[in-house]
Amino acid sequence: MRRFRFIPMALLASLPLTASPAASADKTLTVYTYESFVAEWGPGPKIEATFEAQCGCDLKWVGVSDGVALLNRLKLESGRSQAGIVLGLDTNLVSEAKATGLFEAHGLDTSAVSVPGGYSDDVFIPYDYGHFAVIYDTETIANPPTSLKDLVEGDPNQKIVIQDPRTSTPGLGLLMWVKSVYGDDAASAWENLSKRVLTVTPGWSEAYGLFTSGEAPMVLSYTTSPAYHMVAEDTDRYQAAEFSEGHYLQIEVAGLLANAPDKDLARQFLAFMMTPGFQDEIPTNNWMLPAAQTSIDLPTAFSTLVSPDKTFLYSSDEVAENRAAWIEEWLGAMSR
Amino acid sequence: MLTRTEHHASRAGGVAALMFIGLALAAPVAVLVAQGTGSDVSASQGAYLARITWFTLLQAGLSTLLSVGFAVPLARSLARRPSFWGRRWLINLFAVPLGLPPLVAALGLLEVWGRNGVANQGLALFGVETPFSIYGLSGILIAHVFFNMPLAARLILPGLERLPPEYWKTAANLGMSGFNLFRFVEWPAMRRSVGAAAGLVFMLCATSFTLVLVLGGGPAATTLEVAIYQALRFDFDPGRAVLLSAIQIGLTLAVMLGLKLISVPTEAGDTKGGGTDRPDVARGWHALPDAALIGAAGVFVGAPLVAVVISGLAADLMRLLTDALFWRAAATSLLIGIAAAIVSVSLASLMVRARYSAGDQPQSRRLGLLSGMSGAAGSLTLLVPPVVLGAGWFLMLGGGAGQLLAPLAVIVLINALMALPFVMRVIEPAHQSAMERNGRLALSLGITGINRIRQIDIPAMLVPLATGFVFAVALSLGDLGAIALFGSDRIVTLPWLLYQKLGSYRTADAAGLALLLGVTTMALMIIADRLGNRSGSALWPGKQLQ
Repeated sequence: MRRFRFIPMALLASLPLTASPAASADKTLTVYTYESFVAEWGPGPKIEATFEAQCGCDLKWVGVSDGVALLNRLKLESGRSQAGIVLGLDTNLVSEAKATGLFEAHGLDTSAVSVPGGYSDDVFIPYDYGHFAVIYDTETIANPPTSLKDLVEGDPNQKIVIQDPRTSTPGLGLLMWVKSVYGDDAASAWENLSKRVLTVTPGWSEAYGLFTSGEAPMVLSYTTSPAYHMVAEDTDRYQAAEFSEGHYLQIEVAGLLANAPDKDLARQFLAFMMTPGFQDEIPTNNWMLPAAQTSIDLPTAFSTLVSPDKTFLYSSDEVAENRAAWIEEWLGAMSR
Repeated sequence: MLTRTEHHASRAGGVAALMFIGLALAAPVAVLVAQGTGSDVSASQGAYLARITWFTLLQAGLSTLLSVGFAVPLARSLARRPSFWGRRWLINLFAVPLGLPPLVAALGLLEVWGRNGVANQGLALFGVETPFSIYGLSGILIAHVFFNMPLAARLILPGLERLPPEYWKTAANLGMSGFNLFRFVEWPAMRRSVGAAAGLVFMLCATSFTLVLVLGGGPAATTLEVAIYQALRFDFDPGRAVLLSAIQIGLTLAVMLGLKLISVPTEAGDTKGGGTDRPDVARGWHALPDAALIGAAGVFVGAPLVAVVISGLAADLMRLLTDALFWRAAATSLLIGIAAAIVSVSLASLMVRARYSAGDQPQSRRLGLLSGMSGAAGSLTLLVPPVVLGAGWFLMLGGGAGQLLAPLAVIVLINALMALPFVMRVIEPAHQSAMERNGRLALSLGITGINRIRQIDIPAMLVPLATGFVFAVALSLGDLGAIALFGSDRIVTLPWLLYQKLGSYRTADAAGLALLLGVTTMALMIIADRLGNRSGSALWPGKQLQ
């Protein structure tokens, strides 16, 4: 749910137009998720193969652009959906998701799950997490900011690209990070920071594109971003700046839909989600941190990543209650 | 000149097209309103809305002024120099921005104008230490001029090229030049298309979204389209989204009416046909100002495209081109584009014909209404946010899971509606001229009905029809598709693939795809150009009959 991105699930339906997937299996589980999860290079295809081998069923992914779009899709379908599971909301959206009345308690033992802050819920189960971080280009920045305060008060000529909290989840993440650290002084912090902000993009992709094209030496992303460049591109040029106040957390969760056609199968999937068969695919395919045990060691690149001692996370009720007001405060401070 | 039956058929066709468009727009909006939660606009939101509305109109107005302001002298210079080396390539190149997703164009522009762009690097050579920043209103304007100045020039140029050579001969004999030539010959020929182009550019800029946010530098640069997107996506408040859309449509329409940007048809004289020799235009060093202007426009439009090509060439193109998914996306994109173009050109043709039949001074109120509504429908579809249409249609389809054809049809429909204003503007002036040229002749030869359409009207209109068609395909190619926001299941298009690559760190692949998209658009334009050439002269639609 991290990014603003689009795409289909076309990869899986290899037969055009008339394809009716795998008539061999008698049971089908449809999982709604975000599209990067089911991309060719995402974790979806591998997880599908492993799960299908266990359940003797047909696992069908449906990918929409991101977590916010997932929730919209459910609202648009208002209960008519054929899906059993929704995978890819983040904790910010949990309150709103519960308010739709479309989800029901999973009733599973979630002791295998371990995420910072010990998040646990009777409806949603975490499957991965990540920390927001400022990523910088080591070729342009020798002394990266060491705290959020450093970032806010630093040299205005050293620019950062951020995302808009009105249209993107990382943008909302930064908004809450600043709020967690500055509280009532958030507005003046934003006013300061705005001098360093090169521009505010509608989504993650635009911001990261500007960053890698050399337009700005810093961007808001995730602590795991450098791992991608190290593992897939073999370069340690891009690094995350560790902030002394702590980092804001994003936890991605999955939940059971109340009118799932086959609830037992859906629960079986949720249980599978907490095992290495699922978790092994997360780090190097979804570029997030696993929320439960993996059977393989993480690539060495992951051990070099910033791993914050202190993390922030507002409860989803707090987010639902304050989001509008905080965005308004942000708009006021940034427009000045 | 149409027969009685032809008049009836033309008007019936226009009414059918209008009903189709009306249904395609109204149905999803109605469904969304029905779904809508009670939206209340608080006082602070009111101030916010007032501010972004002002900014929307301000940046759109300035963008239009600059785009058309540069396009008019540019079209004039191009018309004065009908045969320099690379002219046709340049004009084809002018359509390429249209087929690029805004983000790709923005990245190309930043290679030139950005903090580390060519322009700033050039300044640094001269010892300028602090780079200039384009972020803010200036960045938005540069981007909008990059997208729309070439488009406007393309729309204005045919009006000048359609002028009979006798005009230029007479002007030369009278010793007319400079301002007088502009005032008495060129401006009357351009006026209609300048108004139409300005209206189109204004709408495109008023509804701009990605460019405004990326280059605007911060939330002070926010358009209504952003608020609509936010209302539908983050707040899921369809009622509010529809309300904001209504504000957007109403205000933009009011401004366009106020500025008389709805096109006014003018008379086009009869002609004997002939070459495009311009006896009024001096050669030699007199060509310098024209050359400078054309050269500057070429560099302004070309440089960001070159940047797109350079970063695209750095990608592993062989791998991209051997990826089955790429071909699937390309096929889907082309299929959607062609289908949308067929729908769009058909609707536009019906409405253009009906408007012609209703006449410049409609004799009855009903005819006036038909003409006015067709004109409006051919413009205002751009103002309805695709995301609103997409959401409404999605709701009507009861969710898109597992379906393929229905969502595809919706994407085609939305793209066709978005392309309609472009297509109308390409074919309407040409249709007018062709009818004035051939109408009487067809009538005197007794060629009527289907035969007339087949043997006279379509051949005479082949070039503008093909151009309109290719414009529509190109627009579709660069469009991300509103339905993407709500899930597309099994539909992959090139811009989606591009965004997916960008969204998962695969920047080089995305740059490669952008290059391929640009090349495809260019190829389409060249095909339309060649097609026009083979079927006769691009300049004389009525030549076959003379």
